[in-house]
Amino acid sequence: MAADPREDDLPSKPPVWNDPRIRALVFQIVIVVAVSAFGYYLFDNTLTNLQKRGITTGFGFLDSQASFGIIQTLVEYSETSTYGRTFIVGLLNTLLVSGLGIALATLLGFVIGIARLSSNWLIAKLAAAYVELFRNIPLLLQIFFWYFAVLRALPSPRQSYDLGGAVFLNLRGLYLPRPLFEPGFGYVFAALVAAIAGSMFIARWARRRQEATGQQFHTIYTSIGLILGLPLLAFLATGAPLAWELPELRGFNFQGGIPVIPELSALLVALSIYTAAFIAEIVRAGILAVSQGQTEAAHALGLRPGLTLRLVIIPQAMRVIIPPLTSQYLNLTKNSSLATAIGYPDLVSVFAGTTLNQTGQAVEVIAMTMGVYLTISLVISLLMNWYNKRKTLVER
Amino acid sequence: MPATHVPQPDLPPPIISVGVIGWMRRNLFSSLPNTALTLFALYLLWLLLPPAIQWAFIDADWSGTGREDCTGGGACWVFVQVRFYQFMYGFYPEAESWRVNLAFGLLIVLTIPLFIRAFRWKGWLSAFLLLGYPVIAYYLFLGGSFGLELVETDQWGGLLLTLVLAGVGIVAALPIGVVLALGRRSQMPIVKALSIAFIEFWRGVPLITVLFMSSVMLPLFLPEGVNFDKLLRALIGIIMFQSAYMAEVVRGGLQAIPKGQYEAAAALGLGYWRTMALVVLPQALKLVIPGIVNTFIALFKDTTLVLIIGLFDLLAIIQLALADPKWLGFSVEGYVFTAAVFWIFCFSMSRYSQALERRLHTGHAR
Repeated sequence: MAADPREDDLPSKPPVWNDPRIRALVFQIVIVVAVSAFGYYLFDNTLTNLQKRGITTGFGFLDSQASFGIIQTLVEYSETSTYGRTFIVGLLNTLLVSGLGIALATLLGFVIGIARLSSNWLIAKLAAAYVELFRNIPLLLQIFFWYFAVLRALPSPRQSYDLGGAVFLNLRGLYLPRPLFEPGFGYVFAALVAAIAGSMFIARWARRRQEATGQQFHTIYTSIGLILGLPLLAFLATGAPLAWELPELRGFNFQGGIPVIPELSALLVALSIYTAAFIAEIVRAGILAVSQGQTEAAHALGLRPGLTLRLVIIPQAMRVIIPPLTSQYLNLTKNSSLATAIGYPDLVSVFAGTTLNQTGQAVEVIAMTMGVYLTISLVISLLMNWYNKRKTLVER
Repeated sequence: MPATHVPQPDLPPPIISVGVIGWMRRNLFSSLPNTALTLFALYLLWLLLPPAIQWAFIDADWSGTGREDCTGGGACWVFVQVRFYQFMYGFYPEAESWRVNLAFGLLIVLTIPLFIRAFRWKGWLSAFLLLGYPVIAYYLFLGGSFGLELVETDQWGGLLLTLVLAGVGIVAALPIGVVLALGRRSQMPIVKALSIAFIEFWRGVPLITVLFMSSVMLPLFLPEGVNFDKLLRALIGIIMFQSAYMAEVVRGGLQAIPKGQYEAAAALGLGYWRTMALVVLPQALKLVIPGIVNTFIALFKDTTLVLIIGLFDLLAIIQLALADPKWLGFSVEGYVFTAAVFWIFCFSMSRYSQALERRLHTGHAR
């Protein structure tokens, strides 16, 4: 076949040094070489420095005895425990304060966010003032404020604030009554599980029936009745097998009950109040993002305001709310590391602080600490992304 | 013939629906629950405001030389007044403080034209502020040359240190962030993977661990004999951390640029760098100004964490002053003062960014 005469007019391939593909290849090779060289340089320096200072590398130190006390431990721990154990204790304390903080901040944030959109001028302004005040003050300062200025000003155990003879608040901490489960309590728990399973079944049945026949069923009332009623029945039938251990003033301090150390309270209050200010803004933006037309359309269809909110507005607002809310949960978890400034024994405080100082294993300890936070971040992101995916708008 | 209709002048609206009364009926007492909420809010305000005002202003003591001058029973601002120099400059020698004042004065004078619309050399001035000014400020603060007395960085403190940390952090993090964001959207797989790894690593860990790392591990990374001072180590940590956040902000802007812009630039024959520098980045950065300011506000607040590795920023200086036996028991005053300083900075930054956003909104309004 004869060559197309126009072929000669086509642009020739660019010269090698101008070919974008080859340039990209060369550029990437250069980057890989530079990054590896830099990495090797750091690695080599570190090895030399460690050798010179006589620090052995490896995770062997985790098995040696820690010999320092920790003021709050969720698992058994004593001064004879190992450094590995301090890691677990710190990790659990971090998870405890993050979990409680996320729950409290979400609750408070939604209330404030909705209050900012209230038709009541005073409530809206108060909520706005809350957001502007707490968002613009460093978290660490707020933690210090609650810990050093508020909790330190509480009275001594003898003059502690008494809430109904069961909850006590004083300089040493907050004392809550501890539930004591007696043998028959397992039945109550089983009844609760059964009630939850039953109401889920009813909800499915009601939904199918509504789709098939259009008839509605009061699932909510039935479920509430079931979940509250069944365990209560079991509770009474087994002879109320629950006692409360009340905190009691003995000598100079309270004994019994659930003691909450002031470090935890201060951290929790500061974290929740600070994060709630950000969550409030996210909630407000989410609700504002649902166009007014949606409300009008729902009303035109005859939906009452409550149903409009529950079936039309909130599901759409949640799509806007969830991704930034995830970031706030991550921020709260990471910010819980400020615990170290007031001595709450979280991961950074007991592990990257005390353990690092005692063993000098900087590389391993910092790597483990960072690894934990990276893992927590990834897990929360995965969970929330999965939830987000379920809720996203399905478009054509 | 019936009389024609003679129009009467309109009656004024009922007194109850206009003016203060009307406003209150609409906004505060429109329904029973609303009235209850209003009363609750008023009760809350009554509970909080009068005691706070009484404490902070009416019963407060404003001037004196020691704690014996605090007799009013309210806030003792004498504490702040006596320590004011330290809160602002840390341990910077008092005789040399004119250098700090000069540097910040210069900054303010240089920044004013940026707010004037008619000023034409904004680009050059901004470039000087970002590249030239830091060098001048560095030599002014540190001294040791041009006949200025050397002031080591461990003497810097207070608000001065807070501003230095935040300023250097943002100025250095912005360009690194832009490069990382471009890297993350690059078509080259290795560049992309490295950028993602870098960004996700620094975003996934708390700043405290970064600061710990830069203070205990950085010396291990460096060859024998090379030693960075504490401030520089903290700064390196902050810049790494901040540039990852900045990269994500910039990425948001890059994603918002329509494909047509890239295609138009390609049609004009622009290469990658020119496309980015002349077409894409100016639009993308303008879009994300609120995000950049947010990052800056977050950084400004986060600088307080350096107290954990032993640098004396504003909050750390206050903590130090509170531990002074002469001034025990004045923690509320100290914290309120610090909170006010941080609040003024952060709040004005957020307001400025909102104003900037409105000003730069160049049309396309629907």
